[in-house]
Amino acid sequence: MHVELYERIWMWAAAGVIAVFLGTIVLTAGLHAIQPPSHIETIDPATLSQDPEFGDPKVTARPDGGVVVSVRAEMFSFTPDPIEVPANRPVTFRLTSADVIHGFEIVGTNANAMAIPGYVSQFTVSFANPGEYLIACNEYCGLMHHNMVGKLIVKEEAP
Amino acid sequence: MTAAVAPPAPGSHRLAAAHIGVAVAAFGVASAMGVLQGLSIADVNFPWRSESLYYLSVTAHGVLMALVFTTFFIMGLGYALAQATLGRITGRGAGWFAFWLAAIGSVAAAATILMGQSTVLYTFYPPLQAHPLFYIGATLLVVGSWIWGGVMIASYRAWRREHPGVPAPLPMHGMLATIILWYLATFGLAVEVVVMLIPWSLGWVATIDPVLARTFFWWFGHPLVYFWLMPAYVVWYNVLPRAAGGRLFSDPLTRMVFILFLLLSTPVGFHHQFADPGISAGWKLLHTFTTYAVLYPSFVTAFTVIASLEVAGRLKGAKGLFDWIGRLPWGDPLFASVALAMLSFTFGGFGGAINAAYAMNSMVHNTAWIMGHFHLVLGTTVALTFMGATYWLLPRLLGRDLRFPGLARAQPYLWFLGMVLFSISYHIAGLRGLPRRVYSAALSGADGARWHGLTEIAAVGGVILFLSALWFVIVVVATWVGGRRLATPATFEFAVPLRPVTAPGVWDRFGLWTAVAIGLVALAYAWPIAHLLMHPRFGSPPFKPF
Repeated sequence: MHVELYERIWMWAAAGVIAVFLGTIVLTAGLHAIQPPSHIETIDPATLSQDPEFGDPKVTARPDGGVVVSVRAEMFSFTPDPIEVPANRPVTFRLTSADVIHGFEIVGTNANAMAIPGYVSQFTVSFANPGEYLIACNEYCGLMHHNMVGKLIVKEEAP
Repeated sequence: MTAAVAPPAPGSHRLAAAHIGVAVAAFGVASAMGVLQGLSIADVNFPWRSESLYYLSVTAHGVLMALVFTTFFIMGLGYALAQATLGRITGRGAGWFAFWLAAIGSVAAAATILMGQSTVLYTFYPPLQAHPLFYIGATLLVVGSWIWGGVMIASYRAWRREHPGVPAPLPMHGMLATIILWYLATFGLAVEVVVMLIPWSLGWVATIDPVLARTFFWWFGHPLVYFWLMPAYVVWYNVLPRAAGGRLFSDPLTRMVFILFLLLSTPVGFHHQFADPGISAGWKLLHTFTTYAVLYPSFVTAFTVIASLEVAGRLKGAKGLFDWIGRLPWGDPLFASVALAMLSFTFGGFGGAINAAYAMNSMVHNTAWIMGHFHLVLGTTVALTFMGATYWLLPRLLGRDLRFPGLARAQPYLWFLGMVLFSISYHIAGLRGLPRRVYSAALSGADGARWHGLTEIAAVGGVILFLSALWFVIVVVATWVGGRRLATPATFEFAVPLRPVTAPGVWDRFGLWTAVAIGLVALAYAWPIAHLLMHPRFGSPPFKPF
């Protein structure tokens, strides 16, 4: 196949750019364990109200000083609300939905995952900056979707 | 290429023209739905503004733009190219049957949306449940497009029997790759809609697994993007250099690019599901690799198409490094549309690389950034190319001069201006966290003024886009009913390669590449889907919160 010299140079350069992009992703994923939320766990949405964890979801302490936050999303609210977590500690969110698909986005951070009925989403983050954060549903879930918001309060650690 | 084909019999382009007509009608209605959304998000209190109108218009805009406008335009373009390069459409009757099937299906689906019974957005994620006619109508549209693909392939095979040892005409090569990709992609959609959604919407089964449905949707949803982009590329490679007065820089690389799209654009769907539970991180990483690989043919396209345009400028006497750009026909509606479409794709493509970046995706997932992004790559790269191609097609299909050529010349620039305002604002608002698809960006007062100003600028952009869409529809309708009849219909002429390929090469072996493409899809999806199916799962009953 005849390819002009300049075009051949461009094609190698393009392949190089793509290799650099992918290399960066693989390195950060491998070295810092930076991955999208990809937990595999199922739960029956029909009996969610009797579930020991999601029937009355709350913040529970972890032995390592962090917390686990169980969140039930439903039209058109998050429970618990507000959510209080400590700063600079691992915070593991566990999300599920009681009805349709919702989004769980902590605005101004990279905590962003889907709450899907029948499944539990799980991811761990930590918040360096104390303060109040807006939690927004970012998946269309019905006519009051835009009113589905919550609040996260990140508290300074006790000295 | 065209020289070998006899002039078409009168009326031979009627089938193509009918498809373009439906496409433009869908585009017009969808544009009106679009401007309503932009105003609503910015909290402009126009009369009749309501939550149900907003979410209904998001659904109608998405379905009419992404499924009806594009599919009908591509079918029409395909027929026009088959007639022009092969001198035939084999199975015209089947073509008309498919046209009516697809048209009736589209009208049925659109009617349930406009009646407020299918406000499920164009992604129709269960357990949101639409009216059964929404799913059935969409199925008829897709079945119509399958028949179209069959007619196109039959036309090619009939031509091939009479022309052994000759490479496929380049515009047909691109369309055939598009059609094979479409069969591969819509297999996933057919499983989702026919096996899962339709029985569930009719009440034959009680529950549905939302993650499994989403997985089949995105099996279809990303190659859908390339189903739009590849015909746009057919125009860039074959029509644009000719309109600019140049030559196609490389024939074999053009064929390679279309085959690479056929291979790589389906096994990538998990990059739309990075934030989903139920799919392991390793499989998401694998789909990240294939997503980045599919950037490659677009990089090659950037060189080949721009080099073809440089040839055009030099043939017109340009001598310096960049003065060839000024000699290009910036006043030609086709050329201007496609050139601006390509410019948008440069930015949109890099935005796409960010979306696909595995972990970085969390910063932008389901925010207004995504709206900003796909209005660059689809709302401009694809839609503006299709509008420009419509200006090029109409005199050839109808045998009429364009009416209001001044409007047609200005319209692409107006579109580009509107899109710059719209897209940049939403990209920034998305980085600041504005969720996509919200009736009101104030989020019932919780927004904290993070995106004040930006949604208003985007709304201004939306109004400009609507004006531009209106100009386009006016030119098309005026040409159709009142364009001056040409004594001799305008002819289809395509770019001639600098070094034409004389014998079918490896990139013409469609059977081989189809087999490889199926293998890649199986590799990307067989295990994750099997894994989901083996897991204990709990289905969801339907919800209709609209």
